[in-house]
Amino acid sequence: MRRKSPQRSARPGIWSIRGPMSRRQYWGFALVGLLLPLLGWWLLSHMGTDDSVFMPSPLDVFRRLIQWYQEDDLLADMWISIYRVTAGFLLSALIALPLGLLIGTFRPVQAMLEPLTDFIRYMPAVAFIPLVMLWIGIDESSKIAIIWIGTFFQMVLMMAEDVRRVPLAQIEAAQTMGATRSEIIQRVIFQSAKPALLDTLRVTMGWAWTYLVVAELVAANSGLGYSILKAQRFLQTDKIFVGIILIGLIGLVMDQLFRFAHRKAFPWLYLRK
Amino acid sequence: MTTKIEIKQVGKVFGEGKQAVEALKDINLTIADNEFVTFVGASGCGKSTLLRIIGGLEYHTAGEVLASGEPVYGPGADRAMVFQHYSLYPWLKVMENIKFSRQLKHGREELTSSEVEKASGRADALLALMGLQAAANAYPNQLSGGMQQRVAIARALMGRPEILLMDEPFGALDAQTREVMHDLILHVHKLEKATIVFVTHDVEEAIYLGQRVVLMAPRPGRIDTIYDVPLPAQRDQDMKHSPEFLALKKEILARIRDTSGMRTDQSMLEQLNMEQA
Ligand SMILES: Nc1ncnc2c1ncn2[C@@H]1O[C@H](COP(=O)(O)OP(=O)(O)O)[C@@H](O)[C@H]1O
Ligand SMILES: [Mg+2]
Repeated sequence: MRRKSPQRSARPGIWSIRGPMSRRQYWGFALVGLLLPLLGWWLLSHMGTDDSVFMPSPLDVFRRLIQWYQEDDLLADMWISIYRVTAGFLLSALIALPLGLLIGTFRPVQAMLEPLTDFIRYMPAVAFIPLVMLWIGIDESSKIAIIWIGTFFQMVLMMAEDVRRVPLAQIEAAQTMGATRSEIIQRVIFQSAKPALLDTLRVTMGWAWTYLVVAELVAANSGLGYSILKAQRFLQTDKIFVGIILIGLIGLVMDQLFRFAHRKAFPWLYLRK
Repeated sequence: MTTKIEIKQVGKVFGEGKQAVEALKDINLTIADNEFVTFVGASGCGKSTLLRIIGGLEYHTAGEVLASGEPVYGPGADRAMVFQHYSLYPWLKVMENIKFSRQLKHGREELTSSEVEKASGRADALLALMGLQAAANAYPNQLSGGMQQRVAIARALMGRPEILLMDEPFGALDAQTREVMHDLILHVHKLEKATIVFVTHDVEEAIYLGQRVVLMAPRPGRIDTIYDVPLPAQRDQDMKHSPEFLALKKEILARIRDTSGMRTDQSMLEQLNMEQA
């Protein structure tokens, strides 16, 4: 075998199992992973028929984005959707956090609430739309309620699990130092579970966005989800693409913000020895 | 000699009905003030359970446990516990871990400034005693296993517990580190005047540290033999090679083999060998 360099590196290659990779290589591959689908999309839209209703080209979608921005107040649609998702999500988090703490800490609360929550979370959020319209009406709060229904029950269960994962030794050490029950909950269990809880918030934030289209089925007249639904009625495939991609991008940005907050808030998890 | 811990006819059954497991039966033991007692025995013979009962982390289903003359009804700051691992608070730096008990209502009862000063002097002293000065501002996950256990011991000592309970605290450390920790904990015992109850499965460790070695046997968990360790109070590593030490080690190991059901493993091996021959 011929080798270009006479010196063979001891560093295993990137294709060895769980092998090492430099940052530059990582971003190189990440870029390929993002550009390849784009290229595939572009090729697909230019092959066969020039039917942009069936498959709009990247350029069509970009033009539609600009038009939406200039003529149809895209920013307003984005803001109202961000508002709805964030409000529903925060409402979920606000109630799920104390409940998760209680379920993960006290067995009677767990017995009382966990099977019930487990049951409800399998009910489809879409099916609640008529009930939400009946009980809450058709204003903003009804859209927020749908997001809440879609995220809350999962969130409670995941947070309870986060709390249960706090090592028993951490709790017992505090007990043998004379900590009271409320001190243990505040100073040990909550502190110890915080990083996992923030991760749960990040994951459920992503889910909250997936309920946006469902939420904006309820008598909305603005928003990204609503625009997608309307575009469907008028066969504006390019606009559907814009809406979907924007929702994906906003979700990605929020995810990164959560990751950034995680690194800032819990520095000890990111230390090199 | 005054009595520190009294264990009277203590029994422990885990679970109920058909799944009930008798983990401890008829345990009787008196531990003196400032004594260093070690517990050995095959795994599953109830060492941890007994230690946790003294600590109030587990409840006994029969008998009575007295600590400083008071019945044990739950955990308390008079009986600090050092665990094998995962007990440090990873979000707190070393010094904050050691001072954790100062954050508690219990630890803040004395409020005069001189006492507060004394307490922070104690934290500094413990940091020095454990050789942790350089690590005061590190997070636990930046430390080696041995250093982490030093922090755990310092944190347990911070509240001046009368009783220090240790459940295989050095079980996860390598041999060299363990030897250093042995001499350190003996030094702590001399300085702090605490009564130490130390659980291990390492017979050599049990003899080197303990004034008495309590051997437990399984099914049901019970005290089999109590050995007085025939070594001077002031231990040093060379004693591990003394005839007294080696004889006692041999005796305890043989007794563990006799009581732990390892004999059956032994006979099974012999049978296998015979079949092969
Ligand atoms: N929480 C528990 N529930 C049921 N059985 C337990 C529990 N803890 C310990 N046991 C049982 O009690 C016995 C003694 O356990 P343990 O005290 O951990 O032994 P050791 O520390 O000597 O290895 C074992 O048979 C173990 O299976
Ligand atoms: Mg054990």
